Order: sequence, then C-alpha cells, then structure tokens
Amino acid sequence: MNFDLSKKTLREVNSYLQNIDLKSNQRDFVIKNPLGNHALCAGLQDEIKVTIKGHVGYYCAGMNKKAEVTIEGNVGTGVAENMMSGLVHVKGNASQSAGATGQGGTLVIDGDASSRCGISMKGINIIVKGSVGHMSAFMAQSGNLVILGDADEYLGDSIYEAKIYCLGKVKSLGADCIEKEMNDKEIKHLSALLEAQNIKADPKKFKRYGSARSLYNFKIDNVSSY
Amino acid sequence: MCGIVGIYLKNKKYNKQLGKLLTGMMNNMASRGPDSAGFAIYNKSSKFKYTVCLQKNFELKDLKKILKSKLTNTKYKLIADHVVIETSSKPEKTIPILKNIQDIDLVGYGKSIEIFKQVGNPKDVVKKFSLDKFSGSHAIGHTRMATESAITTDGSHPYSTGEDECLVHNGSLSNHNNLRRSLIKDGIEFKSQNDTEVAAGYISNSLKNKTSLKETLTNGLKDLDGFYTFITGTQKGFAVLRDEIACKPAVIAETKDYVAIASEFQAMAHLPDVNKADIYEPKPGIVYSWGS
Repeated sequence: MNFDLSKKTLREVNSYLQNIDLKSNQRDFVIKNPLGNHALCAGLQDEIKVTIKGHVGYYCAGMNKKAEVTIEGNVGTGVAENMMSGLVHVKGNASQSAGATGQGGTLVIDGDASSRCGISMKGINIIVKGSVGHMSAFMAQSGNLVILGDADEYLGDSIYEAKIYCLGKVKSLGADCIEKEMNDKEIKHLSALLEAQNIKADPKKFKRYGSARSLYNFKIDNVSSY
Repeated sequence: MCGIVGIYLKNKKYNKQLGKLLTGMMNNMASRGPDSAGFAIYNKSSKFKYTVCLQKNFELKDLKKILKSKLTNTKYKLIADHVVIETSSKPEKTIPILKNIQDIDLVGYGKSIEIFKQVGNPKDVVKKFSLDKFSGSHAIGHTRMATESAITTDGSHPYSTGEDECLVHNGSLSNHNNLRRSLIKDGIEFKSQNDTEVAAGYISNSLKNKTSLKETLTNGLKDLDGFYTFITGTQKGFAVLRDEIACKPAVIAETKDYVAIASEFQAMAHLPDVNKADIYEPKPGIVYSWGS
C-alpha cells in the first residue's frame, strides 16, 4: 500500500499505520514524498514493514514497537528515539540524538550519525556504519553501540553499563569512559550483532569501551568540588 | 527556537527565482518562529543601496522631499513600509543624512544588500514584501521566536552593522551586555537590546580591522558565550558557524547549482533537485563558507 505525503496529511498517514487492522493482510507500506516531515511513523505498534522514500524530519519511527521501518534518505534529530523493539534502518545520514533513550530493537545507520548518538540508551542496539559525532553514548545505560567509522570527542561520557565497540579512531573519551578488554566472550557477542545485520567486519579489530564505574559512588576526596 | 535559512546560487540560471526559493524556505520555517521575520537579498548594483523603514505617518513623498537636494542620482523603490534608496552618493555622506531623519530607520546598506524585516507571522511578512519577486545571487532569512528582547522590528533579524553585512542567529548569547559595552567603545552603534545585534557588531568590528570572515568567526568561538547557529552574509557569499556544543540545528544541502542551509530539512524539501543533493550537518565549531 502506498501513501503520498504531498497528497495526504501526516496525521492521516501516521494514524493509519498506528491502527492497523490485523484482520487485513496488508503488512507492507511505502511512503512517498516525506518532505522532511517530523514524527513520521512515530508510535507504530504492529509487525509491519514501512519504506520511506526520501528525507524525513525529527523523531522518525520514535517509540517504535515491532515495526520494521526503512528510510531511503537522511533523518533529522532523534530517529527511533525511545524505540521498544523492531528495526529502524536509515540508508543515509542521521542527525543528532539518534536512538536516544532506546529501550530495545535495532537501529542501523548506513551513513554517519551526528552528535549525541545513543544518548541515554537503555537496551537498544545501534549500529552506525559511518562515524558518530561528539558526546555519543552520553549516559548510556545498557545496550550496544557499534561504530564502524570514527567517534568524535567525549565518547561515552558518564556511561553506565552500555557497551561501545568502535572500529575506527576515537578522538577522545568522556568522563569515566575507558577502553576495556576485548576477550573471546566480547568477540562472540559483537560477531552476533554484526552477523544479524549481514555486516562483514572483523570483530577482532574493534576496540571496546565502557564505564570505569568511578562515578557510581560519591568519593569523599571530591567533596571540595561541590 | 527560531528558524534560519540561507541560499547561495552557484548557477546564475536560478538568479531570477532567488526570492521564490527563499519564500518557500521561510514559509516552511514559520512554525519555528511565528513572532517576526526578515530577509536579506544580495543583488549587485553599480550604485549604493540603502534600505530604510518608514515610521507611521511618514510617507515616501516626505522622504523624497527631504533627500531631494541632499543626494545625487537617486532612485526609490517602495515595498510595504520599506524603501530602498539607490544613489551614487557614498556612505560617508549618505548615512549621517539618513540617521538625522527621525521618521526613518536605516536597516542596512551596501552595493548588494537589501534588507526587509517586520513583526508578524513569516508567511504574512514575506507576502507583504513580495519576496517571491526578488532576484539576486544569494539570500538569508530568519523566522523569530523572541527570547532575548521584545517583539519589535528592531528586535527582528537579519541584523546589519556594516556595509553589505548581515547576520541571522538561532540561539542565545549570555555575554552580550559586556560585549556590547566594549564594542560601543570601539565605535560600533547598536539600535536594540538584542543579543544577535551584538554578534553582528562583533563581526563588523573585526572585519573593519581587516580580519578575514573565517578568522573572525573562529575568534567568535571564544568571545561569544552562548549557543548558536549563525549565518553571516557578505557581498560575495555567506558563512555558517555552530557553537561547540551544537544544540541548535542546521542542515546543509549542496548541489552543483546551489548551497542551501536551514534549521530543518523541511525548509529545503521544495528546492530543485534536492533529492540528489549532498546533505550533511555542519560540524560544531567549524566555519563553513561559500563565495566569501
């Protein structure tokens, strides 16, 4: 089924996709002329496939549950923010805060993601085939951020228990983020993440980063800083 | 909020459509700034152009009467309450004359620039000034959601504090009062309490001292405290700068025919061949410039 956003309103399209009649067999949808609209495909509930042909605005496929959304273009701020499950695949570049607070599911970005990618992520898997901007995985709580390109400044600042794997160069690590051992268990874990997306990259070449856990508890030595 | 837009034409075939292209960009950014709007159009002329805004109850014929004996070789273009005065008289002579007329405000001047701004919804403002009829080489626009100063024409962007210069800004500056005081000492004049006007004055002051635009903006990273995406226009082109935290959005679309920048892609969705454009975000703390 096709939608044309130059003819239908954003609300009409979103409302249709959010309230699928499960008795019908219609599960595949194509959206043409997205024209940079915001919140397109936000709050999808069901196991459907949506392909968006063009560039979209903010919060595309936010709060996604079960749906598989492919964007054949670039996305604005906060793509797949607070995703619960499902798959969001961006074929172009993503703006800032991609996958923010995501709780589950997978976000794949073929191009670059700009600043604060995976900010406060809570269980989502984010795979960026290009590079990520500054302060990515800021306060990331759980889940995996896999970067095949480089990472800009302050990667993983104030990170909790999320895992970062980066193939390229890291400009700098943020507060309390350190390089961690890439042992067999981690290599196996990363292999599974890459294989699931048919990505051919050698997991042994990645470096892993995570929390030094030094900010978890108050230290009396720092009392003068407050 | 606030929306900022800019377009620089690499291919002259679009020169006549410049106003039309900018109209679409501004209309799409109306939701980011419904309080006021303004735009600067660059269209090179052999003479000097001075854009002035007429106060209430002061008409073009009154202005003509005052300037008749004072300026030479003069043409007038009235659009809504703005008048573009084209004259061969130089700025050193013309500006003091215009500043002495109480019932007008000088909005900007130069050999290329024409500036129009007013309070109201951007969609109405661009219609009032018939933006779609303008032609030129490049243009910058702004839709304002007021934060730092009142909703007035003086508080509207673009700000022009030097010949053929202008600045639009999405964000807010926190050290503008101190900086304004020090720039006043350097001889820069300000009309409003607005933070962006201070940034425009900062840029003019630096350019006056023969510092390049790129170097000026790079120095701005340490002198201007706050958050911002700036587009600054000059006679030859424009430059873009985002602060190092980069909370304020910006997206650039570049084709072989033009470079466009806007707060959101939505503003550019109607531009010709935009789906084939190279689309990217300007990185924080790096000056991007075209033509200048």
